[in-house]
Amino acid sequence: MLEEMIIAGFGGQGVMSMGQLIAYAGMIEGKGVSWLPSYGPEQRGGTANCAVVVSDEPVGSPVVTKPTTAIVLNNPSFDKFEPLVRPGGLLLVNSSLVMKVSERTDIRIVELSATDLANDLGNSRVANMILLGAFLELSKIVTEAAILESLKKVLGEDKLHLIEVNKLALRKGTALVGAGVA
Amino acid sequence: MREVIFMGKVLMKGNEVIAEAAVHAGCKYFFGYPITPQSELVAYMARRLPEVGGLFLQAESEIAAINMVYGAASAGVRVMTSSSSPGFSLKQEGISYLIGSELPAVVVNIARGGPGLGNIQPAQSDYFQVTKGGGHGDYNIPVLAPASLQEIVDLTLEAFDIADKYRTPVILLGDGMLGQMMEPVEFGERSVVREYEKNWATTGSRGDGGPKTISSLDLDAVTLERRNWNLQRKFALMKENEVRYETFMIEDADYIMVAFGTVARITMNAVNRAREAGVKVGLIRPISLWPFPERPFIETRDQVKAYISIEMSAGQMVEDVRLAVNGHAPVDFFGRTGGVVPTQDEIFEKIVTVAGGVSV
Repeated sequence: MLEEMIIAGFGGQGVMSMGQLIAYAGMIEGKGVSWLPSYGPEQRGGTANCAVVVSDEPVGSPVVTKPTTAIVLNNPSFDKFEPLVRPGGLLLVNSSLVMKVSERTDIRIVELSATDLANDLGNSRVANMILLGAFLELSKIVTEAAILESLKKVLGEDKLHLIEVNKLALRKGTALVGAGVA
Repeated sequence: MREVIFMGKVLMKGNEVIAEAAVHAGCKYFFGYPITPQSELVAYMARRLPEVGGLFLQAESEIAAINMVYGAASAGVRVMTSSSSPGFSLKQEGISYLIGSELPAVVVNIARGGPGLGNIQPAQSDYFQVTKGGGHGDYNIPVLAPASLQEIVDLTLEAFDIADKYRTPVILLGDGMLGQMMEPVEFGERSVVREYEKNWATTGSRGDGGPKTISSLDLDAVTLERRNWNLQRKFALMKENEVRYETFMIEDADYIMVAFGTVARITMNAVNRAREAGVKVGLIRPISLWPFPERPFIETRDQVKAYISIEMSAGQMVEDVRLAVNGHAPVDFFGRTGGVVPTQDEIFEKIVTVAGGVSV
């Protein structure tokens, strides 16, 4: 198993954290993982993105140029990464903010109005977790238990009250994909 | 983000790994100045060193920082500074003084695109500067180039040991990618600090041979020459004992790739792909850039059809490859510069082109 993903969106949408959670979860499950942020000037006003590799083997290159999965949370990210997804790969789209529709037929495309769904849950900041939940269901790359374990440690004692809404969001995403709604 | 520790493994940024490994090596003194993409290292030390009874000081400049390192090293303590390319250039005078005064220290360069202010993207274009002597005078300096975060742990510990063993500054060279990325690392059992006797340290005369002086100044040409030959003997000893490298599938290789640091990892992926396509290709990964590993080239140069150096520069290490190959085989090159990272596809295509095309 070798999953090479790109997660991209505006700064503040939690794309970096999302990538780190996947990397942490992979580590907990004994997989080879790497997380590489874009840290260039494109972060200002444009897109922030990170490359995450999860593998049964130790990770070779941490650089991802042709992702097996791209999770895009805004329009500029869609423009940049939709064409790069490897044939047979997955494009997961936050359709609340992405106005475009992919015309590719050689990849799997899943659209989820994550920002709207997060607002329904009362916290727009958990849109990333909804997408993460969907991604877990689609890829089965790491378990929900490992993500929750990581989340607890990442949030820390003082933010434990946020666990519940994050868990709700995660399960919302998982359920929507499971029910074939997304 | 907080750290998640699981079964002894922790997911950290490369810059933080260098800092923590230095603490494990017994480094209690750090003088630095922030610059992207290595600022996390400075920030980590600011938080961490007070916890272990050490001292962190943000200097007013890179030049001040390296001279503070000179002072601390003179007192015989383990000390480190770090920067990125433009800031690292500013430290060159101090590095030359450390060599001349035979002072141990570890200097980190998390390189970025240059020349000049350049940009903040990853680069390997400081290869000439670190291996050929960025400062003045007749000198060499050990340079270690880790490719993974786990290797950072090992090489940081070794850097401090080499520094103390030979009384020399040692450079740890990475690039922005290595500094910014996260991978699981284990600090584990390697946290044993080797103690070196430092009877030369200027810690006051305690009846052990009178006052000590540390200086790189010697106005008499004949005695300075004698000192320089002594330095050269030390460099020769390091060339004999401190060469580090890794090879991958070179035994039957028609073509051997040469790459260091993060680029070696991208190249490794391309090598695997080329093998699947039927090209007999291998990889030599220099870990010590100085002393440069000549042996794997001497052992293979009469059997291979060509070497290909892959670098994040316009072609610097390739010169050392040519010296090691010494005309026995063609040496080719592919590189990207200015902060552009070569892709696996580009490297694969380069292999295919040099190999004369394969049916893929």
